[in-house]
Amino acid sequence: MRYWRLFRKSAFLYRFRKDKVAVASFSVLMLLVVMSFSAPLIAPYDPYDPVQIDIMDSDIPPSWQAEGDTRFALGTDAQGRDMWSTMLYGTRLSITIGLFAVLLQSLLGIALGLVAGYFGGRIDSFLMRLADIQLSFSTLMVAIVVLAVFQASFGTELYNELALFMLILVIGIAEWPQYARTVRASVLAEKRKEYVDAVRVIGLNRRRIMFRHILPNTLSPILVISTVQVANAIMSEAALSFLGLGMPVNQPSLGSLINSGFEFILSGSWWITTFPALLLVVLVLVINLLGDWMRDVLNPKLYKE
Amino acid sequence: MALLEVKNLEVKFPLRQGELTALRDVSFSLDRGERLGIVGESGAGKSVAAFAILNLVSRPGYISGGKILFEGRDLAGLSRSELRTIRGNRINMIFQDPMMTLNPVLTIGTQMIECLRAHRRITPAAARQLAIEKLRAVSIPSPEARIDQYPHELSGGMRQRVVIAIALLTDPSVIIADEPTTALDVTIQAEIMELLLELCEHNNVALILITHDLGVVSQVTQRAIVMYAGRIVEEGATRRIIDSARHPYTQGLINALPERTRPGQRLNQIPGVMPSLMDIPQGCAFHPRCQLRIDACQQQLPAYSGSEHARVACLRVDEQERAQ
Repeated sequence: MRYWRLFRKSAFLYRFRKDKVAVASFSVLMLLVVMSFSAPLIAPYDPYDPVQIDIMDSDIPPSWQAEGDTRFALGTDAQGRDMWSTMLYGTRLSITIGLFAVLLQSLLGIALGLVAGYFGGRIDSFLMRLADIQLSFSTLMVAIVVLAVFQASFGTELYNELALFMLILVIGIAEWPQYARTVRASVLAEKRKEYVDAVRVIGLNRRRIMFRHILPNTLSPILVISTVQVANAIMSEAALSFLGLGMPVNQPSLGSLINSGFEFILSGSWWITTFPALLLVVLVLVINLLGDWMRDVLNPKLYKE
Repeated sequence: MALLEVKNLEVKFPLRQGELTALRDVSFSLDRGERLGIVGESGAGKSVAAFAILNLVSRPGYISGGKILFEGRDLAGLSRSELRTIRGNRINMIFQDPMMTLNPVLTIGTQMIECLRAHRRITPAAARQLAIEKLRAVSIPSPEARIDQYPHELSGGMRQRVVIAIALLTDPSVIIADEPTTALDVTIQAEIMELLLELCEHNNVALILITHDLGVVSQVTQRAIVMYAGRIVEEGATRRIIDSARHPYTQGLINALPERTRPGQRLNQIPGVMPSLMDIPQGCAFHPRCQLRIDACQQQLPAYSGSEHARVACLRVDEQERAQ
C-alpha cells in the first residue's frame, strides 16, 4: 500500500501521464496483452482444437470482402482456422516467449555482469571476452544452428513438443552479453562511489554488497534494455518461426502464421500474412516506443518538458 | 596495553611509473576512550592511514610493512571473515560526504538493520527498535518516521547524524571520522562535532579524527598527529601543539590560521606546495619549503626525538628550543 501511494505521487507517473505517445503505447500494449492472454475466453474459435476446424472453411477472405463469411471477421487460413482467434493465441505465444527469453537473458547477464564489474581483473577479462565472442555470432545464426541440429537429431515430433522451451532457451542464452555489458558498465561506475566504501567498512560480505547495494543502483539501465530486449526477442522468435525453425504449424506464433500465409500470398490470399504481420509490427513498435520513453525519463541528464 | 597500536605502517601503490609510497613508517597508539586528531594537507596520507587501519586500502595499494594491533591482534594478518567481525563492529568509520555514504536506493532503516544483522544475531523487529533508539541518541526528531525515509529526503546535517547513528549501532570501541564535517555548512559543522564529541565521551568510544581543520582538532581531541607527505612529523598533546608547535611545518600551519593575522593583512601561508608522493625529496620531505633548513636537511631523514607521545621529526628542533 505504501509503495502504491509513493508510486502515485512519483515523478515517473506524472511524466508518464504528460506524454501522449507513452500513454498511447502503453494502452495499446496493455490491450494486446490482456486480449491475447484472455484468448481462450474471447476468441470465437479454439485453433488448437481440431474439432472446431473445418477444412471446407479454408482460405475465406475477410468478412467485408465479396466472398467473405460473417463467421470469420478476418478470414481463415489454409487449414480453415479463424484468423482472428489464431492471431490472439499466436500473440500470446509470442509475448510469452519474449518475456521468458528476456527473463533468462537478464538472470544470466545480470549475474555475470555484476561479477565481472565487481571483481574486475581476470574474471572481468574472461567474462567480457566470452561476451565479445558470443556477440560476434549473430543471435539468429546461433539459433538457426542450434535449432536445426536439434530438429535433425531428435526428430520433428519431439521438437514440436519442446519448441516453446527451445526458443526461450536459445534466444535467452544468445543475448545475455547485452545485459552483462550494461550491468558491468554501471557496476564499474557505482563501485567507485563512497557508499560502497561505507558498506565495506560496515563489514558486509561481498555477495550482499553486490546484490543488495550495487544492483539496485543499476536498475534503471536494466529496465530500459529489458523493454528493448523483449521487442528484440519477439522479433527473433518471429524470424525463426518464419524460417520454419520456430513454433510448429499446429500451435502457431505470429511468426509462423506469417510464414504459413506467405506461401499463399501470390495466389491472392493476402490476409493470412498481412494481419499477423501488422499485429507483430504494432506490438514491437509500442514496446520500443515505451522503451525509448523510459530511457528518456530515467536519464536525469535528459530532462525535457 | 593500548587499544589500537599502529607500528611502522607502510602503504605502497604500485603504479605504471613506479611504486608510490603513501605512508612511511607511521606509528601511533590509541587508548580506550581517547580522542586523537590526525592533521595534514590534502594528500598527506591521512585517509590512506584510516583505510589502512581497517585493512581496506583500495587496490592497487597494499600494506607493505608494519603492524596494526587492535586489542593485541594484528589486523593485517586476519582472514576476510575475521576482519568482518571487526570492521563495522568494533571499529567503525564516518566519511566526509553524507550525500555519498548512504545508499540512495535503500531507506535508512534498511541500511541500519542490515548493518546490525551483519554483526549480531538479532530479529529484524529488535534491530529496528535498536536503530530507532540510536537515531534518537543522535537527536533526530521523530525517528519512528525518519527510519522509513530515503537519504534524499533528509538534509545534509540530518544525513550525517544518520551516518553517526550507523557508526554507533554496534557500540564500537573505535570510530574513525574522516573529515566528518567538511561537506556541511559551518553552523551544522559545530553541531555535528559537538554531537560526536558528546557521544564518544558518553559511550567511552575512542575517536580518530582526520581533518585539516586545526580549530576542530583543538576543540575535540586530546592528542594530535601532524602528517606531511605520508610521514608523521609531529605528535603531542593537542594543546601543546597548538600553543607551541615544534616542527616548522606545524608552526607554518598554525601561523596560516586566519585568526593569526590582522584584518586586511595577507594570510601567512607556507611557500610552495606539498611534493607529489611520486618524488618525495631526499632527506626531510619538508626541506624545500622550510625556512629553517640547513644543508643536512637535504640528506638526512630526521629521526624522532622526544618521548612516545610527544615527538617531533626535525633536525633543528634542539637548536630552536635552546634559542627560545
